Amino acid sequence: MTISLFIPCFVDQMTPQVGLAVATVLERLGHTVEFRPAQTCCGQPSFNAGYQDEARAVAIHALEVFAGAEAVVGPSGSCVAMMRVFYPELLAGTPHETAALDLAARTFEFGEFLVRKLGVTDVGARFPHRVTYHDGCHGLRELRLREEPRQLLRAVRDLELVECDEPESCCGFGGLFSVKFPMVSTAMAEVKAGSLARTDCDYIVSSDPSCQLQLDGWLSRQGKRPRTIHLAEILAGTAS
Amino acid sequence: MTAALPSSPPAAGAAKRQFLHDAAEHVRDVGHREFVRRALGGYYTSRDTQKARYRDWEQARDAASMAKWSAVNRLDELLPRFEAAFTANGGQVHWARDAEEARRIVLELLATAKAKAVIKSKCMTSEEIHLNQALEADGYGVVESDLGEFIQQLRGEPPYHFVFPCMHVRRDEISDLFGQHLGTPPTDSPEELTMIARRHMRRLYVDADVGITGANFLVAETGQISITENEGNARLTAALPRMHIAIAGIEKVVERLDDLAVLLPMLATAGAGQPMTCYNTLYAGPRREGEADGPEEMHLVLLDNSRTALLADAEQRDALHCIRCGACLNVCPIFKNVGGFTYGTTYQGPIGSVITPHLRGLKEWNHLSGASSLCGACTDACPVRIDIHHHLLHNRRNAARSSPDRLERIGQKLFAAVARRPWLFATGGWLFRKTLGLAKAIRPPVLSAWLATRDLPPAPAQSFRAAWKRRQR
Repeated sequence: MTISLFIPCFVDQMTPQVGLAVATVLERLGHTVEFRPAQTCCGQPSFNAGYQDEARAVAIHALEVFAGAEAVVGPSGSCVAMMRVFYPELLAGTPHETAALDLAARTFEFGEFLVRKLGVTDVGARFPHRVTYHDGCHGLRELRLREEPRQLLRAVRDLELVECDEPESCCGFGGLFSVKFPMVSTAMAEVKAGSLARTDCDYIVSSDPSCQLQLDGWLSRQGKRPRTIHLAEILAGTAS
Repeated sequence: MTAALPSSPPAAGAAKRQFLHDAAEHVRDVGHREFVRRALGGYYTSRDTQKARYRDWEQARDAASMAKWSAVNRLDELLPRFEAAFTANGGQVHWARDAEEARRIVLELLATAKAKAVIKSKCMTSEEIHLNQALEADGYGVVESDLGEFIQQLRGEPPYHFVFPCMHVRRDEISDLFGQHLGTPPTDSPEELTMIARRHMRRLYVDADVGITGANFLVAETGQISITENEGNARLTAALPRMHIAIAGIEKVVERLDDLAVLLPMLATAGAGQPMTCYNTLYAGPRREGEADGPEEMHLVLLDNSRTALLADAEQRDALHCIRCGACLNVCPIFKNVGGFTYGTTYQGPIGSVITPHLRGLKEWNHLSGASSLCGACTDACPVRIDIHHHLLHNRRNAARSSPDRLERIGQKLFAAVARRPWLFATGGWLFRKTLGLAKAIRPPVLSAWLATRDLPPAPAQSFRAAWKRRQR
């Protein structure tokens, strides 16, 4: 299968290693991976702020970029939810509605794609550490992914998976919310990071680089351990 | 804390400024946040235990939301049916367009009853219309008989949480409060504190001329009012005084008595983690000949107060399904971190953030829809499947259309223009990476909001697109 990478804008600029890890895993499973350089952003910053005309323009660009792709896979539950759940809503009643529904059906979050689409849970990775998984809210509630990332982690050699005491709590990122209401956002980070840290794990595994930015940002400022790592980096074996 | 009757409208943006100020204050109070989180900690366990007793909780949610959906979409038919049945039972319905009309109706009823003392059980619609202040201004003595509301009344505060009004108050504070107001000795026992309030209250039920209650459901088919409570105070409030006045929003009507078979247990489980609330009473009119108790007169004030405006919004109409169980507050990370008073609304939490802009104006109250990470815990918790967190997005969209922030609109237009031009977008990304270090030193507004409490890692030398190009060579 030819898989088209969907690299969220902040992965492009801030965590390129996550995108490369996704490609490594998919290629190792025997698939061809392509990257369409015309892609930009999913439009969520506009959509969440209520600026739907602007979000629609960005969404139409994404539809054009990914037209004809066999499968589109991205390492972010949040950006994938934007395409899967909100593009069809945003473009309903426009000439782009069919294309939006079509793309929604072909777009997958990385872990979701492995487990649900390819039927793979063991990709041959080894990671000799104690980890906990942080559910990103969009992955958990818009895409209904809970077991998939955990199935993948359980199949990793020498990895110990533990659950935190607030598994369904939000980290408080929320896009522009994190800078429009920084005190509330930070309080949420403090609660969730505290819960994750209490597991005494070596790493917090996430499928959302935006949650990672928030959790690491707070933990780093507090001078606390652990740090986050993207699921793809563990599965690719590229984690430092 | 007790809000005065609304006189002149507050300055534009006042509600948002108050929210930002109070939220900042509140998050600093780590002890209080921990106290509230722990108070709600037990809720998750008991709720899940009770949910497990349902054969299929998700199907029960479907049934409950269908019961409300079919009623809310037929209010024009069901409300007159309810009125006819309620009147046939001997009650009287009063239609109130807004808060002022509702207050006037209640005051007129009190005047005809020649009432002096009024006792109330828990009623959020009375908070919504600021009834207590109006009654006190006219010289009536009003006592809240729900323990939590009684405590809040003594503290001079509105409810902190619309189901658990005094959940933020520590036991020793309640003991001190009772000592100060009722002259009772200090105690650490919740049972003793309850008994103090109970002893104080008994006399007041007998002395009261009028009892005011809310209503959880209005049954169109039978003309009955359904009231759910844990303390038995609403039964005494409704039954002992000469006149019973219930106040309810028009969305409280359901078609059939059978609908309560799913709605009552779900209200209890979703809201408080109970299998059923302790007392569920159906009131069908005043005392009839041969009956031992009950009021001589029974009135229902049916309140619109902008609910019809919400009804007209097909997209968010399901917000009228709300049965005020409070589940969305219990699971909300925003509520748990900013506390109930910060909202500055009658209805706190996610559902309050959805409906307050409809009840009190989008321009002034849209910031509540913005104050959310859109995590969706509320929507998952809602027993009647209100699409709560998506409605926050709808409010944001409506506000961006009707009263956009000028600076934000320019930024958004710029962003969309760049995001449609791949080369410009890539150049922008490059510029971002190259100047991030400098920007961290200068701290422009948006970045400084982040950096005040959180670090930002250094930008990598290469973007993904550059790394990919090199990898493919």
